[in-house]
Amino acid sequence: MPESDTVVEVDSVFKRYGEVRAVDGVSFDVTRGEFFGMLGPNGAGKSTLMRMIYQVTPRTSGSLRVLGMPSGERARSIKQRLGVVPQLDNLDEELRVLDNLLIYARFNGIGGAAARRRADELLAFAELDDKRKAMVDELSGGMKRRLMLVRGLMNDPEIVVLDEPTTGLDPQVRLNLWNKLEELRAQGKTLLMSTHYMDEAERLCDRLVIMDHGKVIATGAPRALIRDNLPPLVIEARAAVGEGARLEDAAQRLGLSAVRSADRVSVFVDDADEALGQLREQGWRLETAFVRPANLEDVFLKLTGRALRE
Amino acid sequence: MRRRLIDFRGAGRVWQRDLWVYRDRWYYGLLPNFFEPLFYLLGLGVGLGYYVSSGGQFGQDYLTYIAPGLVAASAMNGAAFETTYNVFVKLHFGRLYDAMVTTRVNMEDVAVGEWWWAVTRSFIYGGIFLLITLFFHTPLTWRILVALPAIALVGYCFSAIGLAFTSVIHIIDVFSYFFTLFITPSFLFSGIFFPVQDRFPTALVWVAEATPLYRAVRLVRGIVNGQWQGLWFDVLYLAVVGTVLGVFAVWRMQRRVIR
Repeated sequence: MPESDTVVEVDSVFKRYGEVRAVDGVSFDVTRGEFFGMLGPNGAGKSTLMRMIYQVTPRTSGSLRVLGMPSGERARSIKQRLGVVPQLDNLDEELRVLDNLLIYARFNGIGGAAARRRADELLAFAELDDKRKAMVDELSGGMKRRLMLVRGLMNDPEIVVLDEPTTGLDPQVRLNLWNKLEELRAQGKTLLMSTHYMDEAERLCDRLVIMDHGKVIATGAPRALIRDNLPPLVIEARAAVGEGARLEDAAQRLGLSAVRSADRVSVFVDDADEALGQLREQGWRLETAFVRPANLEDVFLKLTGRALRE
Repeated sequence: MRRRLIDFRGAGRVWQRDLWVYRDRWYYGLLPNFFEPLFYLLGLGVGLGYYVSSGGQFGQDYLTYIAPGLVAASAMNGAAFETTYNVFVKLHFGRLYDAMVTTRVNMEDVAVGEWWWAVTRSFIYGGIFLLITLFFHTPLTWRILVALPAIALVGYCFSAIGLAFTSVIHIIDVFSYFFTLFITPSFLFSGIFFPVQDRFPTALVWVAEATPLYRAVRLVRGIVNGQWQGLWFDVLYLAVVGTVLGVFAVWRMQRRVIR
C-alpha cells in the first residue's frame, strides 16, 4: 500500500486549558517532503499545536493524524517515526555527548552498531566530532542546539518537528542552523517548524500558516501570501514628531494603504517613485524614507493590525 | 492493534539510562554505601550496644538485634533519595522527561523505569548493608539469600511511596517534611532499636505497626533469624502499599508531563 503524500492532517483541532483556548479550531495539511512553517507571535498556539503533533499534549477535540495514524491511540508508533527538537534545551546533562545520542536511539528501539554508525554520521553533520566525550555543560549554546537537532535525527525520522529552533541564538549560530535545516530539506525530509521570526519563515518555508490567538489566519507559500495580501513594495517613512497621523492620512487620501506606529508610517505601494512623488508634491519632504519589498511581517500587520513582535 | 498502557521495553530503556549515569560515577555513590552501615554498626551496635544490658528479643546482643532492621532502613533510604530529589530534579529543572517522551517511550513507561531504577539502587544499598552485617556476627546461613528478595520488596514499596510523594509536590523544599516527618520517625520508631510494644502506649504502637518500615524491619529480621511466623502479612502489606502508591505515582507523573 503506497503511503499517502499527506503526512500531517490537522482537522478542526481545539485545545482548551480551562477557559483558555490555546488552539481554537485549526485545520491544515502537511505534504511529504515540504518545509512547513507555523508563524505567529508568542501565545499564538504554535507550541501547543506542535506538542499535539508530537504526541505530548492531548487535544480537546478535533481530528489529528500523523503519518496516517490517529494521534493519541498510536502515540508510540507515531513518535518512533518523528524527530523532535523542542524549544528549550533538554539535553541529558548527566550523560556525555555521544551517550545522549545513543540513549535516544535506544528509546526508539535502535541499539548496537546501527546506533553507533548513525551517531558518528550525525556528530560529523553537527560538527561535534571532537566533542563526543564531552559533558553537555561543556558545550556552547550553538553546539547544544546542534546536538538537540541531531538527537532528533537519531531515529532517521520521516518528519522533523522543530519548535522555535533559533530563538535566543546569535546571528551566526542561527545562520549555521538554517544551513543544516536546508541540508535536511534537500535530503527529502519533511520539516515542520514553528517560529516568530518572519525572516526565518520566509527564507526556509515552502508553505506556512500564520497563526494568531489559536487560529490560522492565513495559509500559503510565503511569496504568495505577500502577493495576495499586499502591494509588492513598502515605503518606510518617518514624519516629524507629532505628524505621523497626518502623513498616514495623506497616503490614504492618495488611495494607498498605510499603517502607522507613532511617527513611523509604512505605505504599501505598487510604484514607489510615483507615490513618493505624489507625497512630495503635497509638501512632505520624507528625506529619510526608504523603499523595501513587502514581507510576512507586513502581512501579519495587515491581517491583525498588530506587529508580529511587540 | 490494542493500545498498550505500559511498554516494559521502554521502561527498561529508561532504567538503562539511569544505569549508564551510574556506570560513569558509581564509585562516588558506592563507597558511602559501604561506610554508612559500618558507622551505624560501630556506633550503635558496638558502642551503644555495650551499655544496653537487657539483651535483644531473641537473646542476642544488641548489635545482632538491630542489624537486620538497619538493613531494611538502608533499603528505605536508598529508595527515598532516588525517588525524591533525583526524580524531582529530572521532572522540574532538567526537563529530562519532556525529552524522553518525544521518543517511542511514553511517560507511563518513564515512570515505571524510574521506579525500577529506584528499586535497583535501594537493593544495592540494602544488599551492601546486609553484606557488612555478616562481619558483625549476623549468622551466615542460606536465609541470607532469602533476605535479598525481601530487600528488593522493601525497595519496591519505598520507591513507590517516594515517587507518589514527588508526583504531587511542586516545591522542592517540601521534601524536608517527607524526611523529617516520615523517614526519620520511621527510622526511630519502627522497632529497629527497641520493641515499640514494650515502651509505647497502645495508640502509638498501632501507628508504628501501620508504618511500612515497621513491616520491613519485621520481615528482614524474621528472615535473618529464621522466625517465619506471620511474615506473609508483612510481604502482603509491602506489596499492596507499593503497588497502589506506585500505580498512583505513574498516573500522576503522566498527568504532569503530558498536558
